[in-house]
Amino acid sequence: MWKVYGPRPDYYFDTRGYQIDPAELTRRMRAENHLPAVVDANFDVHEGEIFVIMGLSGSGKSTLVRCLSRLVDPSHGQVLLDGKDLLAASPRELIEIRRHKMGMVFQNFGLLPHLTVLENIAFPLKLQGKDQKTREARAREVIKLVELDGRETSYPHQLSGGQQQRVGIARSLAVGPDLWFLDEPFSALDPLIRRQMQDEFLRLQAQLHKTIIFITHDIMEACRIADRIALMRDGRIIQIGTPAEILLTPADAYVAEFTEDVALGRVIRAGDLAQAAPVPEHATDVGADDPLDRLLGQIATGSTGFRVIASARRSGGMLTPEAVLSVMNRTAGRAA
Amino acid sequence: MSGSGIRLLWILLFAACVLAVVVKTAAPWLIAFPAGWQLPVTRWVAAATSPVFIWMQPAGRAMAAGLDSPLRLIRAILLWVPWPAMMLFVTALSAYASGWRLAGFCILALSYLVVTGYWAPSMNTLAIIAIAVPISVLAGFALGALAHRFKRLATPVEGLLDLMQTVPAFAYLIPMLLVFGFGPAAGLVASIIYALPPMVRNTMLGLAQVSPTILDAADMSGATPRQRFWLAEVPTALPRLLVGVNQTIMSALSIVIIVAVIGGFDDIGWAVLAAMRRAELGNSLMSGLVIVLIAILLDRITLGLATRSRRGSAGLSVRQFGSISLGALILGLGLKALFPGTDFLPDKMGGDIARVLDAGLLAFVTQSAPFFEGLRNSVTYGLMLPLRIGVAGAASPAVWGFALTPLLLAGYGAATLVLAACAGRRWMAVLFAGLMFFTGLPGFPWFGFILALTLLAYGGGGARLALFAFAALVVILLAGLWLPLMQSAYLVAIAVTICLLIGGALGVWAAQNDTVSRILQPINDTLQTMPQFVFLIPALMLFKVGEFTALIAIVLYAIVPPIRYVEQGLRTVPVDVVEAARQMGATPGQLLWQVKMPMARPAILLGLNQTIMAALSMLVIAALVGTRDLGQQVFVALGKADPGLGIVAGLSIAAVALIADRMLRGYAVK
Repeated sequence: MWKVYGPRPDYYFDTRGYQIDPAELTRRMRAENHLPAVVDANFDVHEGEIFVIMGLSGSGKSTLVRCLSRLVDPSHGQVLLDGKDLLAASPRELIEIRRHKMGMVFQNFGLLPHLTVLENIAFPLKLQGKDQKTREARAREVIKLVELDGRETSYPHQLSGGQQQRVGIARSLAVGPDLWFLDEPFSALDPLIRRQMQDEFLRLQAQLHKTIIFITHDIMEACRIADRIALMRDGRIIQIGTPAEILLTPADAYVAEFTEDVALGRVIRAGDLAQAAPVPEHATDVGADDPLDRLLGQIATGSTGFRVIASARRSGGMLTPEAVLSVMNRTAGRAA
Repeated sequence: MSGSGIRLLWILLFAACVLAVVVKTAAPWLIAFPAGWQLPVTRWVAAATSPVFIWMQPAGRAMAAGLDSPLRLIRAILLWVPWPAMMLFVTALSAYASGWRLAGFCILALSYLVVTGYWAPSMNTLAIIAIAVPISVLAGFALGALAHRFKRLATPVEGLLDLMQTVPAFAYLIPMLLVFGFGPAAGLVASIIYALPPMVRNTMLGLAQVSPTILDAADMSGATPRQRFWLAEVPTALPRLLVGVNQTIMSALSIVIIVAVIGGFDDIGWAVLAAMRRAELGNSLMSGLVIVLIAILLDRITLGLATRSRRGSAGLSVRQFGSISLGALILGLGLKALFPGTDFLPDKMGGDIARVLDAGLLAFVTQSAPFFEGLRNSVTYGLMLPLRIGVAGAASPAVWGFALTPLLLAGYGAATLVLAACAGRRWMAVLFAGLMFFTGLPGFPWFGFILALTLLAYGGGGARLALFAFAALVVILLAGLWLPLMQSAYLVAIAVTICLLIGGALGVWAAQNDTVSRILQPINDTLQTMPQFVFLIPALMLFKVGEFTALIAIVLYAIVPPIRYVEQGLRTVPVDVVEAARQMGATPGQLLWQVKMPMARPAILLGLNQTIMAALSMLVIAALVGTRDLGQQVFVALGKADPGLGIVAGLSIAAVALIADRMLRGYAVK
């Protein structure tokens, strides 16, 4: 998929039948006063997965997610949702899809200042013409989910940033969407609140199992929550992979530099390194979601091998202290 | 065009002007545009527009008739309601909208209306507003929403609004009279048109300010375009829209007072005008105060309603307000049932008070006459005459008590040159000012003025603005309105200078001192709420009919923008810049002149812009007390129902305003 801004973006895509090298085409667009914001993006998002799109500001990640939800119409390409092309949907169909299948959380919350918390959350249901009783009942359910009980009658300006974003999250969940977009939802919050909200978010997802597309510019945030990460630069996706893959086998120098400051011991989990091999005797049992840091202590006290027990998100298997230490050494080497 | 090319043009132009002044006895046509060269522009305009007006007449008359009955109905209702019931209701509304302080003010203000006998005219004024405002608000909202939705419409709509806000209301009152006939309907339609722009502008602004995230959120919630507009955009923009309603009401009130000059509707504007014509000081002051009170009440109540949801009310709740309103209704019906045929108004008291006030004021004016006459004479001879007839004219035994000897002339020239040499980059401006003071504005060569303004317009707004300025000035020249234009220019120039000096100083003071700021704020608010007309009353009382009185009225009306913008500009200089300058050891004086003032320049230039706009719009009103400018021409045209002169003079004022506005905005961003 492509999104190009400029006087005549269509001009580049009426060449049916043959393919031009994207890098070449991008160069031409830039030379001819066009801004290619999303260049040849191509990926799948699996059901129930947390797919993080990461990049610095101006890398095109926001445009990309807006293309997926069709808040912005892509210049060229396809967006398939359950096998149907979203770009072919009529305005009416699109409204229906948004009313029932999609939810979105925004960086600046996008709450309506004249409505209370309860009314804001019930707003999407009001648009569908649901009666007030149904609306409020459902809104109260979601309020409980995001732990905002007691603030139902407050107005947005009376809430803190974290609370406002809880309202934003509740609103996006009110219609029970399958596909959940979060556009830098925690970037406007203080670091401490941000961590809290990430934990909240993971707790919610463990309960709800939505298909999630999450935008962020924060590599730590991406590594904490992602099943897979797509890293963007200048409109192009330069690498897609699990956090461990991105950290351990960066596609190029840019990705390596980007991930440089990440403390591997905290981000990489036992399950990321586990191998499907026979587990030696006297192995210590560890969870697949345990970070490597936790394993270090056990290595120091003499563990000679680990039995990794599979979790909901990561597979299990065998893990040797050598494998753990080699990853940890990379951190030490980078720091030196 | 290059900078050096422009400089050369300026020098050539200055030389040509000096030459024209030197040879003026030999070639007077260089100074005064000969009457023989003028074209009957006003007659052409009249001939071109009259058929249109006549063609519109049946529709206009029908509309006037259509508006007439609701107007009569509302007027009848307002006059029928006994004042105690009305007072109870409005007081409850004040308490609901704002709080107990406004309610207290409301009781005092309405009691004043009752006691002074201006209750009925006030209700008549309110009736016109009650019809004009809803129409203006609805039409303005629709137009603003359309211009927001279809971006292609935005530019023409903005242009139209600029024109509507700069053409003096008197000027389009003339076509109104032709189309709608004499009577309240013409005034009503004029009010509707005049009150429209603030609503359109605020609608456009409010809708444009809705954050894109909210629009995206509405879309992602599955809103249809209509739902998005009515459920997300409009409610979010509502505070702005309500400010628009407030401004619409204030504009309507301001204009309703002015269109009273066509008469036929016994309203408060007419009461003031009649009192002024009869030179009844007490009555004109008392009725003027009625307008001020109504203006403040309408303003505070609507602003209170607009901001109520955000800050909560210090007064009544909705329920309490509802029950008191019901009580007021029952009280009204009860009073009418128990005492039929009386309006409960004291009718002698007002006259008595007015007579006492008249005597007191007369004594005051007589006693203080030497002081005010002295003030008037010193400003007239020291400032106004030099600009009007120039040093060349003023330096005569009759005016200044001495004649212009060759020695003095040489001294004046030398002084100008020295000043220009000291002025640095702006030496050209000093030379022109020196020449202009020497000849006076009307005595300045017309071609010099036109070309100088064209060059200035080029510098501020580029080739298009320069072309527009040139064309507009040439049309004014050919239409024979050059002298009135110069009279206007000189009056506005003096008024704006005084406003800038006094207002600017007050603004600087208010920016440094919180107490001063707190004291000035309500005064500024009140000055800006008052309909323009009111400013004439005290000026007229103290200084009698004449140009100086007009000047005072203009200054009173136009002094608020410099105070506001200078203070705001200085106060919004970023704290870190101020701290950095302090840390470097700047004295308070250096801080003000070298840091804050340069940073506040855009705000100050905008203030200057607003001052000029205010002065120009007051020009026409001030014509009522005797001037010789374009405003007077509009007024004369109204008296003769001459659409040609009215339109040309009105458009001339609008053109001058637009040129000044665009030019200053251009310089402000540079």
